[in-house]
Amino acid sequence: MNTETERGGTARGAAPLIQTRGITKQYPGVLALDHVDFDLKPGEVHILFGENGAGKSTLISILAGVQSPSEGDVYFRGEKIDHESVHHARELGISAVFQEFSLVPQMTVEENLFLGAEMTRSGVLDKAGLHRRAQEIIDRLGFPLRPGDRVHHLTRAEQQMVEIAKAFRSELSVLILDEPTASLTDRETEQLFELIEQIKAQDVGIIYITHRMQEIRRIGDRITVLRDGRYVDTVDAADASEEELVRLMTGRVIDELFPTIAFNPGDEKLRIDGLTTADRTVIDASIVVRAGEIVGLAGLVGSGKSEIMRAAFGIDPVSAGRVTLKGEDVTGAPTRALMNRGLFYIPPDRREEGLVMMRSCRENMSLPSLDRPPFSKGGFLDRVGELRMVNDLAERMNLQPRRVERAVDHFSGGNQQKVLLAKCLTRPVDVYVFDEPTVGVDVGTRAAIYAFIRDLCEAGAAVVLISSDLPEILHLANRAYVFYRGRVMAEVTGDDITEENLLKHFFEREAA
Amino acid sequence: MASSETQSAAPRRGLLHWTKVLFIRLGVLPFLLVIAVIIFTLMSDNFLTGRNLTNVVRQSVYLMIVSLGQMFALLTGGFDLSVGTILAITSVVGASAMAASYAVMPDAVVLCILIGSLAGIAAGVVVGICNGIGVAVFGVSPFIMTLGMSSVGFGVALFLTGGVPVYGMPVEFGEIFGFGKLFGIPVPIYVAALLVLVTFLFVNWTRQGRYFYAVGGNEKAARLSGINTRLTLFITYVLTALLAGIAGMLLTARLDTGEANIGASMPLESIAACVIAGVSLRGGVGRVENVVLGALFIVLVQNGMNLARIESYLQMVVLGALLILAVIADQIRLRYIAGSND
Repeated sequence: MNTETERGGTARGAAPLIQTRGITKQYPGVLALDHVDFDLKPGEVHILFGENGAGKSTLISILAGVQSPSEGDVYFRGEKIDHESVHHARELGISAVFQEFSLVPQMTVEENLFLGAEMTRSGVLDKAGLHRRAQEIIDRLGFPLRPGDRVHHLTRAEQQMVEIAKAFRSELSVLILDEPTASLTDRETEQLFELIEQIKAQDVGIIYITHRMQEIRRIGDRITVLRDGRYVDTVDAADASEEELVRLMTGRVIDELFPTIAFNPGDEKLRIDGLTTADRTVIDASIVVRAGEIVGLAGLVGSGKSEIMRAAFGIDPVSAGRVTLKGEDVTGAPTRALMNRGLFYIPPDRREEGLVMMRSCRENMSLPSLDRPPFSKGGFLDRVGELRMVNDLAERMNLQPRRVERAVDHFSGGNQQKVLLAKCLTRPVDVYVFDEPTVGVDVGTRAAIYAFIRDLCEAGAAVVLISSDLPEILHLANRAYVFYRGRVMAEVTGDDITEENLLKHFFEREAA
Repeated sequence: MASSETQSAAPRRGLLHWTKVLFIRLGVLPFLLVIAVIIFTLMSDNFLTGRNLTNVVRQSVYLMIVSLGQMFALLTGGFDLSVGTILAITSVVGASAMAASYAVMPDAVVLCILIGSLAGIAAGVVVGICNGIGVAVFGVSPFIMTLGMSSVGFGVALFLTGGVPVYGMPVEFGEIFGFGKLFGIPVPIYVAALLVLVTFLFVNWTRQGRYFYAVGGNEKAARLSGINTRLTLFITYVLTALLAGIAGMLLTARLDTGEANIGASMPLESIAACVIAGVSLRGGVGRVENVVLGALFIVLVQNGMNLARIESYLQMVVLGALLILAVIADQIRLRYIAGSND
């Protein structure tokens, strides 16, 4: 509060903190940014909006000093600056939290917080001081972190918190956040938003990248839309409708993000009875999945909604309970055997466990099914058949650009996700399990993924949709289970699947 | 003047462009090979002769086969430091078994050679099985596992022989597999060619071959795609040992004795051959045909330096420098590739 009155002289329409003029970034063969003008005022949350590959990431990495522009100037508080490094940007008070973490897993939280800016006392590390400062920062942010914990013991959400906390170690003027809520729970997200409100009041400018409409509504002041590396428009968050934004972003009208699905529940395909995992992330949980329906699994991160399907897919050990697939007991069967019986699990983190990043799309798509035609013939690979099949899949998934021999690493996030999804089309599958299928994916690709899931369901497959994005469950599932601390708290069907009904089970036990 | 300059500038830029494209496509190795051939041809009249080049190919056979094995370990994101030891133990056990069986039945030469070779290769494979169990089942890092096994194996080889070379193999073994020729081409070259072909087919045209790349590139993704990653890692080290064992028997035939001291330079040279050939130390990337060229290149440079009468100490300097240079060139290439987004 004090800070606000002190700096009360700075009017809201004040000179911009950061301004870019004609920023251009040319990679060999690709124009990532094409003369983009952008400005950030003190005390505002400026949302960057656009599809994957629109240039948002390039723009913030230039502002944060990770890269330098090929052309154009960046002004900070009216002065032209030339970032030589992230370090220089940090000295000016410009800090960025990227999606890819820059943490040293073997080090503790406090060591990571002050990495590269350690305080010393007569040449020796001031460990007590570092510890105290780390605790201060964590307390101020209200994150449930302990300074002495090693980062590799933390969950992804906690690691994300460490990344955010890093930005607060010195005086801050500009904070850049790249989809910071992707792996946070709702409560942690709420905490982050309160924090953003707090630092806004201190005239910090915030650049915020997100695909989520709720977040834009909740914290956004202005929105700048980029498309194909070009500036499209800047609008006030207060009077921008979702349709308008999507039109600006994609250059076309998407009638409906969520498709209408004709459910036709048939035979029971997958039944899990009283499943408990060896590490007790899932306790005595039972679910049933039928053909022709989409079963949503909702809950917080770590509630067991993902873990139950991982255990059923033979990834994590089961200590009690039964998994029945198409009437056969398959409890504890290896992944390969489960796939052969028609179960397929698509993991949430494509980089971490979904794709072999340095190999081609072709090899990634065909990997689960090299044991069957058209990928192999008589013990040898059938590379002609493989290429034909992969080209068909690339066509069906609308892979952009359609170059199946290119390494997956060189595609945009949305297209990587398409390659990941294509893997489950290479073999006959009865039960599809999608774990967070639209994380870090733009609206256009999201609509395509939803349509993809609808097609599978309407063709008679059983679909399990695990999602932390509540609207996904609300709009796509015809039945949903809510998980809390490893247990199934509720089963909700049809029209009863409302935000209220689901959310009240998210925290139920804790309130009691 | 001016016009002739502009005329020559255009094709020169074209040449530079194509050089860059070739570099991105093929890596640094073809360039190094061409440069090495030019330099050594200028330095020695005896270098670019059919006889010497045949000699280079014959000499490179052993390293080539070991490098093929090393490639599997590198593809899965590990490496095998015990290949030298595998050579030694194969040689010692193989020679002993062959000599012993020859002493018992001096008339059955073919059978003795067969028994000896199989025993030797089997002994090498046992080392590989230990490596495989350690890495795949117990999750020991390949560095420690193979380093430890190289000490164990070397100790066993010395213990078995008391450090003395093993004699008494049938002369036919050396005559055929060491010095023999078929249609004017040394027999070891046929063996290597066959192994190269089989490895090429295995890696590119079978399921298991593809799995090495997948496991090395992203073990979790491979497991979620239904691949038995442990089995794949186990097979990796057994295969590496099998190939090193075959190389060990061929070298034993050439030396006509079983020796515990062969192969000491093999770990470094085989890793160097693979890395120069563009096999990634992080796993998931590498091609059989390039590894063959990589092994050829190393032996070619050694041969050329011998002909040019470069001291052996200096040769070590050159080889080490070349290895580092190759890795730097590969980094530059990766940057080009990332830059061109292709």
